[in-house]
Amino acid sequence: MPEKIFIQGNEAVGWGALNSGCQGYFGYPITPQNEVIQWFANEFPKRGRVFVQSQSEVASINMIYGGALGGFRVMTSTSSPGWGLMQETISHCAAAELPCVIVLVQRGGPGAGSVRHAQMDYMSATRGGGQGGYKNIVLAPASGQEIHDLMQLAFHLADKYRNPLIVLMDGILGQISESVEVKAIQFEPLEEKDWALRGRNNHADGKSRQIHSAPGVFPAPSYPDYISWLRHAEKKFHEMEKTELRYETYETEEADLILVAYGYTARVSKEAINMARAEGVKVGMIRPITLWPFPYKIINEKVKQGCKFLVVEDSLGLLIEDVKIGVEGRTEVNLVGILDRHIPTDGGVIMPGRVLKEIKRLL
Amino acid sequence: MNTEALTVTKKLVCGNPKIWKDPPGAMMYCPGCHHTVIYRIISEVLEELRIDGKAICMAGVGCHAFIAITWDIDVACCAHGRALDSATAIQRLNPDAIVFTVQGDGDCTAIGAGGFINAMTRGEKLTTIMYNNTNYGTTGGQLAPTTLLGQKTATTPNGRDPALEGYPIHAAELAATFKGTAYSARGSVHTPANYQRTKRYIKNAFQKQIAGIGFNFVEVLSACPPNWHLTPVECLKRIEEEVVPEFPLGEFKNEDI
Repeated sequence: MPEKIFIQGNEAVGWGALNSGCQGYFGYPITPQNEVIQWFANEFPKRGRVFVQSQSEVASINMIYGGALGGFRVMTSTSSPGWGLMQETISHCAAAELPCVIVLVQRGGPGAGSVRHAQMDYMSATRGGGQGGYKNIVLAPASGQEIHDLMQLAFHLADKYRNPLIVLMDGILGQISESVEVKAIQFEPLEEKDWALRGRNNHADGKSRQIHSAPGVFPAPSYPDYISWLRHAEKKFHEMEKTELRYETYETEEADLILVAYGYTARVSKEAINMARAEGVKVGMIRPITLWPFPYKIINEKVKQGCKFLVVEDSLGLLIEDVKIGVEGRTEVNLVGILDRHIPTDGGVIMPGRVLKEIKRLL
Repeated sequence: MNTEALTVTKKLVCGNPKIWKDPPGAMMYCPGCHHTVIYRIISEVLEELRIDGKAICMAGVGCHAFIAITWDIDVACCAHGRALDSATAIQRLNPDAIVFTVQGDGDCTAIGAGGFINAMTRGEKLTTIMYNNTNYGTTGGQLAPTTLLGQKTATTPNGRDPALEGYPIHAAELAATFKGTAYSARGSVHTPANYQRTKRYIKNAFQKQIAGIGFNFVEVLSACPPNWHLTPVECLKRIEEEVVPEFPLGEFKNEDI
């Protein structure tokens, strides 16, 4: 019988990674995700897996680059300032087609911002934050169980597409404790990583492997010129976009107003919807589980049904830009954001009551 | 015409290392550059120690990376300055492999200084071969941490001034100060005798790595004729008269346990 344990969201990252067969964790301490690195320090070495505390987030992500080169399932985790430091090599991972998982537990920004929760890295996470216009899947869990489950999906999809993958959390999701059923999820079988570096004599064909992130400098037999590599990348990004879209709808039937939220604000929104529905107010939610690819189509369908939109997001407004793309300017899109926290501090949160008030104002 | 006089008896006295592909990546270098010679030494050592089949090379960014990618061993090019970070992970995850980095002086001691220092702090079981040509060769001869005092570069047009750009970094001596370092040496290839000595240093480094003693570092002086604005022969003279006095050759650390 699967084990059910009471753990923090940050620890659920570790359990999910363990169940996915992750072999190496490389990270640097930063609040509010220190429980992640501490979990790996405690749990990985005794299981014969690799844990290294790096000297910086720049080093962490380059260790991931190295581990992924060897064909191993590897990951790192960080919060917003460290996320900024990692961008260059996330792009290198995309260029070298190295599968890896980066968990981002968002805190307040910009700059060093605050050490508490926020949702202010949406753009850099969903738009290929580093140089060169690559794309990556972004998974956005909203509970401890979903963190655990999506971590496993994250490793699977990273391997499937040979691409970096971002799991986007926030300080509240990382810090709250919930019951989580810890079990390994079975996915479709994937091909062996025949491309990985293991030493020439360890390859079945006895041929050496060369991997680099400069397709325009070093031609490879499979991509003899730069544009042929870009064609391949475009096809892969399109395939991810077409195949991997995931979202949840909640009470969207006959709704007059649709809330759009991810992470902790999706939990808050659900609570507000329950309160509103109890009063007979027709409101529902679209919760993107993949922030890239983004569920534009379902949003567009709801526009055609005459729905208005309200984005609930702990920032000055980033996710709202994607909702506006889906809406195509045909109806209003409102925001309950970081300025609507219950107290105007780094520790303030968006409360269900505030969301309910806005729902009633709009309907 | 007597064609008989033009007939030459072909006898191979010294071929290319087996792990050099045909045509060798060495063809990519400027005339008189020493990088090719250093690659030849590494190739010979890998073959003589019979570790080329399980070697994984992590190259940095710079001229040194051009040939690495054409080697017939497993090779990756890393982000600029990050080869030692990436090497750390793959070596820890695959302890049976022989993971080593090739890096330029800028890659290792400027942009990659953090990775260099911390790999030694952790005592990673890796080998680093660092090419020191006293400037940034690939980008057109700018100031490097290793640039000599007074040396004119593209970004020090009046020569390196210690008041503005400080003093040359001595990477091999620095590496020797770390307890996690098993071996550190500086060699050169500007004479046949130095070629042989450098080969011994690089062999020592890999042997220490195989023995798992600690981190191993060999700095090798290299000529950069176009950016030094000298002929290949003049470069040999400069190494002997100007570079070696600043960067003394020899072993700085050689630990057996």
